[in-house]
Amino acid sequence: MSKSYILKGGSLPNGTKSDIAIKDGVISAIGTSLDASGSEVFDISNCVVLPGLVDLHTHLREPGREDAETVLSGSRAAVKGGFTAISAMANTSPVADTAGVVEQVFRLGQEAGLCDVFPVGAVTQGLAGEKLSEMGAMANSIAKVRVFSDDGHCVSDPLVMRRALEYVKQFGGVIAQHAQEPRLTVGAQMNEGIVSAKLGLKGWPAIAEESIIARDVLIAEHVSSRLHICHVTTAGGVEIIRWAKARGIEVTAEVTPHHLLLTDDLASSYDPIYKVNPPLRTQKDVMALREALAEGIIDIVATDHAPHPAETKECEWQEASFGMLGLETALSIVMSTMVDTGLMNWEAVADRLSIAPARIGGYSDHGQDIAIGKSAHLSVINPTASWRVDRDLVASRSRNTPFHGMEFPGVVTHTFFKGVKR
Amino acid sequence: MRHLLSISDLSKDDAVLILDTAIEMARASDGPMKKLPTLRGRTIVNLFAEDSTRTRISFEAAAKRLSADVINFGAKGSSLSKGESLKDTALTLQAMGADAVIIRHSASGAPVRLADSAWMSGSVINAGDGTHEHPSQALLDAFTIRKHCTKGGGDLAGLRIGIVGDVLHSRVARSNVLLLSLLGAHVTLIAPPTLLPFGVENWPVDISYDFDSVLPSLDAVMMLRVQQERMSDLFFPNAREYSRYFGLNRDRMLLMKPNSIVMHPGPMNRGLEITADVADSARSVIVEQVSNGVSVRMAILYLLLAGAPSEIGANS
Repeated sequence: MSKSYILKGGSLPNGTKSDIAIKDGVISAIGTSLDASGSEVFDISNCVVLPGLVDLHTHLREPGREDAETVLSGSRAAVKGGFTAISAMANTSPVADTAGVVEQVFRLGQEAGLCDVFPVGAVTQGLAGEKLSEMGAMANSIAKVRVFSDDGHCVSDPLVMRRALEYVKQFGGVIAQHAQEPRLTVGAQMNEGIVSAKLGLKGWPAIAEESIIARDVLIAEHVSSRLHICHVTTAGGVEIIRWAKARGIEVTAEVTPHHLLLTDDLASSYDPIYKVNPPLRTQKDVMALREALAEGIIDIVATDHAPHPAETKECEWQEASFGMLGLETALSIVMSTMVDTGLMNWEAVADRLSIAPARIGGYSDHGQDIAIGKSAHLSVINPTASWRVDRDLVASRSRNTPFHGMEFPGVVTHTFFKGVKR
Repeated sequence: MRHLLSISDLSKDDAVLILDTAIEMARASDGPMKKLPTLRGRTIVNLFAEDSTRTRISFEAAAKRLSADVINFGAKGSSLSKGESLKDTALTLQAMGADAVIIRHSASGAPVRLADSAWMSGSVINAGDGTHEHPSQALLDAFTIRKHCTKGGGDLAGLRIGIVGDVLHSRVARSNVLLLSLLGAHVTLIAPPTLLPFGVENWPVDISYDFDSVLPSLDAVMMLRVQQERMSDLFFPNAREYSRYFGLNRDRMLLMKPNSIVMHPGPMNRGLEITADVADSARSVIVEQVSNGVSVRMAILYLLLAGAPSEIGANS
């Protein structure tokens, strides 16, 4: 960890230009004309320096589906996208519902050593929605789990959800809900709307998301617990969260990059590359999500990075897996949809992609202001450059990006984790 | 045009040309030499990944009357039943040199996937995909309507057609709504709200929940098959209640105007959406629909495969 760097001439999120010195894993100096002797110097005068990005929602597939992704390949994808901490969802095989599995994932992250990998613990045993998993043991394991989620499945039983919300209070945990009323989404394939009716694909109605969000903010209020809503996709969901926050309910929410950009009419190709859960919605929803993120009603961007092997996407729509890659394109999509549109400045980007997700996850070493003495987790982005997404060049083990061939602004030029360029 | 995937691939002129060509085909089939040499040496694969009797046989008869070589490839007893992927099936058919694949599949969009992928280069004809479309059925329905309700040529302007029943799950209804409105007919969907798709108010149709009030104005009424399992999915309380309000029976048929016709794409549930006496009545053209199907499918194969470039879909 003795490596030292000077980042020369970059802009901090607030717009001030400053050199940054990194030494022994921490930010050792900020200012102009810093002493560069013995340091590797990077001229980043076109670039913006952000606190290392934090993704509260990824699927790293290990253990169980190492053909799709591993903790190592997922970490590589994260670093390429500017992330220095990622949360790994619990729907692995075996499910991360015991201290043993979360410790395994945590250890794999440490061994990869490219960024912090924080396992998310399952709320219920086997993600079955019936019995609580040993959340205390996971919280007290070396993985120190604080975020619990059955993501991929909704904790649909209101009593189970109530108990889980209450139970995690003892160790400051949060329940991250995948809001999907199961009875309203049996066999659902895409957003229920004009497009699904035309295509003859079974609809996933917005109300299936909104009814669970509405129920859960009320439960969270009743038991004074902390609730996080995964991947909000609907304008109506935003309105309920706005109402809940105004009422003082401790709820946070995330939006994915793909829901900030893509809409359900893409399903007209029947190409399952656009099949994702929750589904792509309408342009009206996209605009509402962007505004909510700018306003802070939606607190964070999280990728829901979901690698899948080729054969589960090269098939009929209804046979295909749900999910798309996200880590390597997230920051560029946020820049394209939020910064270039004038909705957010770089300070807001730093908040929504680093500071706020680190706070929600309790990842205290991440999401810090860029200041002397802080851990040197930094992402450097060149907003004046652009790039074209190529699925054959991704760091992920899978290639299921819906953005293949699209050109985006913003190139991540450097990612520093624990003071080392990765 | 290389493929027929959806009625939306067709212009009005294309549709009329198919119907007119089908008349020629019917005439040729009625002659002493049933077979035309048009598609001699061409290989057509009937890829029926979902069970079907009339559509498969109809396409097979159509292809054979045009002298094509026909290979039938069904779900049962084939590699499909062993879990072969659509991609691998397509690669296999490509390797065998299929000029066209007629596909029936339970997954909406499977024909589009075949046509848009690089898996095979032949023509793809949608013979019914999931709850999406069934374009050849709509064309044979339009052919039948034109024969009975117009002077026999041109479009269907001014006609009033009712489509009754499970529109939500019906590929026949989707293709018919597109085609009948393309041809200038006025379409009314008659069904309980549970069996209409979300956002149907954006379709170029009228909606009615009251069969009896619409029936007297219709030139043709098209009854859709109602699957028994819909009851367990709560779409309606029971068969009796469904029949009472949306079934076509003798009493209700008395409301129909003179010369109007009763249609059904088959297979029928006699006693559920249609009673036996209606199905077998003089108004019923249900059996004729089947024979018209062969002529219409001959026209489709002829226009897509005989010579190049294709005579339909030139503007698309």
